[in-house]
Amino acid sequence: MAGEPRVVIQQADFDLSEVVARLRAHDAGVGAVVSFVGTVRDRNDNSGRNVISAMELEHYPGMTERAIEAMIDVAFSRFEIRAARVIHRVGRLQPLDQIVLVAVTSGHRGQAFQACEFLIDYLKTQAPFWKKETTPQGARWVDARVSDDAALQRWGIPASNAAPR
Amino acid sequence: MKVTVRFFASLREALGSGETLDLAAGATVGDLRDVLMQRSAGHADALGRARALRCALNQILCNESTPLPDACEVAFFPPVTGG
Repeated sequence: MAGEPRVVIQQADFDLSEVVARLRAHDAGVGAVVSFVGTVRDRNDNSGRNVISAMELEHYPGMTERAIEAMIDVAFSRFEIRAARVIHRVGRLQPLDQIVLVAVTSGHRGQAFQACEFLIDYLKTQAPFWKKETTPQGARWVDARVSDDAALQRWGIPASNAAPR
Repeated sequence: MKVTVRFFASLREALGSGETLDLAAGATVGDLRDVLMQRSAGHADALGRARALRCALNQILCNESTPLPDACEVAFFPPVTGG
């Protein structure tokens, strides 16, 4: 894994097994690998029905990578982890597609579970990505959620992404 | 001083991807927002303070009181929804 970027933003799909294999390769100090994969739902919370036919993801090239790099630095300072990787897709996606992967290695499971959840909670409210979903009523930008801010606040980090300002 | 402005997501759709403009030294991000809001009715609406917008200075999240250095990049965008 030496020389591989910790953060990758790409249009292409990713292979969880391959990413994890590279992340823990040659590190016999690893006793735990925890990964999270986010996928495109075919429904939003408003209707509960399968109304989403496509999802367009936009990001801020440069800032997005930098922001997630900084989050990984914070994760290393808070948890005893050995390696971390974030892959986030952009462009046009469809229901069932994979969107995001967070993978973390650690000596023991506790720290790996925590660091992985911390990173996805952090990313949800602080990394510049925007989702636009296509429904039978047309395309609409997805609203930020207060519950995502609350998820980050559990880690003691103030978040007001979804709050009106 | 020269400032490069960038818009993303719904703001990009409403106002285009951005522009470069000159501002008096000492201006803040909030001053820049005021100047931009005077561009057109569309700008006044999209950048209006009733809207929850986030801003970044040189690709780091900031707030409206942040002063602008010369030759900087300021981005305005709606709340983020990745992950």
